[in-house]
Amino acid sequence: MNMLVCVKQVPDTTEIKIDPVKNTLIRDGVPSILNPYDGYALEAAARIKDKNKDAKIVVLSMGPMQAKAVLKEAISIAADKAYLVSGRTFGGSDTLATSYIISQAIKEIEKTEGKFDIIFCGKQAIDGDTAQVGPEIAEHLGYPQVTYGLEAEVDGDLVKVKKETEEGAAIVGVSMPCVLTFTKPSWDPRYPTMKRKLAANRAEIPVISDTDLVDIDTTRIGLKGSPTKVKKTFVPKKKTGGIMVAEDTVEASTKKLFELLNNANIL
Amino acid sequence: MEAKTKDLWVFIETNTDGSAKNVGIELLTPGKSLAKKQGGELVAVVIGNDTAAAVEAANTHGAEKIIVVDGPEYKDYSTDAYTIAICTLVEKYGPTSMLIGATNNGRDLGPRVACRLKTGLTADCTNLDIDEESGNVAWTRPAFGGNLMATILCPNNRPQIGTVRPGVFKKCMPQEASAVIIKEKIHVDSSDIRTQILEVIEEMGSEKVDLEGAEIIVSGGRGVGSAQGFDTINALADILGATVGASRAAVDSGWISHAHQVGQTGKTVGPKVYIACGISGAIQHLAGMSSSDCIIAINKDPDAPIFDVADYGLVGDLFEVLPILVDEIKKARA
Repeated sequence: MNMLVCVKQVPDTTEIKIDPVKNTLIRDGVPSILNPYDGYALEAAARIKDKNKDAKIVVLSMGPMQAKAVLKEAISIAADKAYLVSGRTFGGSDTLATSYIISQAIKEIEKTEGKFDIIFCGKQAIDGDTAQVGPEIAEHLGYPQVTYGLEAEVDGDLVKVKKETEEGAAIVGVSMPCVLTFTKPSWDPRYPTMKRKLAANRAEIPVISDTDLVDIDTTRIGLKGSPTKVKKTFVPKKKTGGIMVAEDTVEASTKKLFELLNNANIL
Repeated sequence: MEAKTKDLWVFIETNTDGSAKNVGIELLTPGKSLAKKQGGELVAVVIGNDTAAAVEAANTHGAEKIIVVDGPEYKDYSTDAYTIAICTLVEKYGPTSMLIGATNNGRDLGPRVACRLKTGLTADCTNLDIDEESGNVAWTRPAFGGNLMATILCPNNRPQIGTVRPGVFKKCMPQEASAVIIKEKIHVDSSDIRTQILEVIEEMGSEKVDLEGAEIIVSGGRGVGSAQGFDTINALADILGATVGASRAAVDSGWISHAHQVGQTGKTVGPKVYIACGISGAIQHLAGMSSSDCIIAINKDPDAPIFDVADYGLVGDLFEVLPILVDEIKKARA
């Protein structure tokens, strides 16, 4: 079983604050982390490997050189090998261009690592929250996909994926090769071990740059190759004119609140 | 590809019984004004099995044209069959823009379709407009966990596609049905559908929670403190006929199931009244409920950010406030 997990380094969005004067995002000092959903995807792959010791887990990340940190983290958790996809001409890519670059990089990595049976992705990254790159990688490669995965199990030629649905959950069978995306399961991902951490520190991480992808169509990458353009960004407006009810006691306040709501026909 | 018309399409996702999911019908509301500004027609695209009810719903909620693809292969959603159907229709008719509800299936379908058509997709939009300068759809969506809003354009590729979360827009009042209905036969061979549903699991405690359709929501957060604490939330919800919501903190603590979660990683809601109890108001939560008509916040912490978006705020312990509020409502109704 040959598995690939795609991971992204993201700012910890729960730590992001807004500059109250300039009304802009403060990114300085915000820690960079492994996208949590990618951690769940890695854990799903690791669980398949637990049952099949010959299985191999390769991780891939597209990003700047600093993104090697999350690749090392992935090795310290469960991965056997890691590749960084990084190139100046990749900058400014939207999801369509990003997924195209990653699909080309996957084909390049397969020359060394062999064809992947299953490609794992997080459902979405917590910075962009688009949930588009996984399915778009699947489409570029012509593979079937299952999204919102919770657990995956290999059964003969099929992968059986337990997935989250609006009604609860379902088990979906999918043929290999395939792309699976994962959401938050009920269990927590495993922690790195000391032994694996040492291995991660020593690991060589090959970089696949734009010049390595000789077959790539350069009109389909970067800012110019991206169909979507960001027109503007802004900080959401705060509401004004709310009424704070503050009488002498909580009881009096509550009664006052009810009176206001009742008079305004709200309750 | 080039657009052949100025039409705007709304994908109407169906349930297995052939009825329409709410979000598709909701999207006919903003679809109407966008189509008008673009100078085209509002077209509903219904895909499913035995879709008469869904077609009727689209017809009475503003669709000017309805394209129907009906067949047993569409009873259960599959990425492969639905992508083939939509891409076939787009190539035939060439709409200029398309809206898809950001349900689990819609977010599975949207990127697959956009990638096959080599066009741009903007996910989870919360506001839609036409960019005055260029005439393109201006798709506005939250990013960075709701800390930032971004307006996205897709200037050169067609159709321009966006997904929109359920509950962001409201259904219009039912009106006289007058749409032109076009039936398209698109057969997808079972061998071209590479996934199959092996089992449907009704999870314990996954009772149907209709947050998106609720008129009143009473939500509890970290301040509720325990699963038993939700009894107090339930008591207020019961008397108001409200649906119970929760913040991520309460769900992650295991006090209530994920089906109740409101926010960036839960549901987006837009009820008439949203009562936030013991919810601090993290930006991720606000992203899911700030379009509510009236927000009432009850929290012990006077500095909680929930008060920044509240129409009515009360600083106090929810376990003190809610029982009194329930009594007051009872008295008023007696």
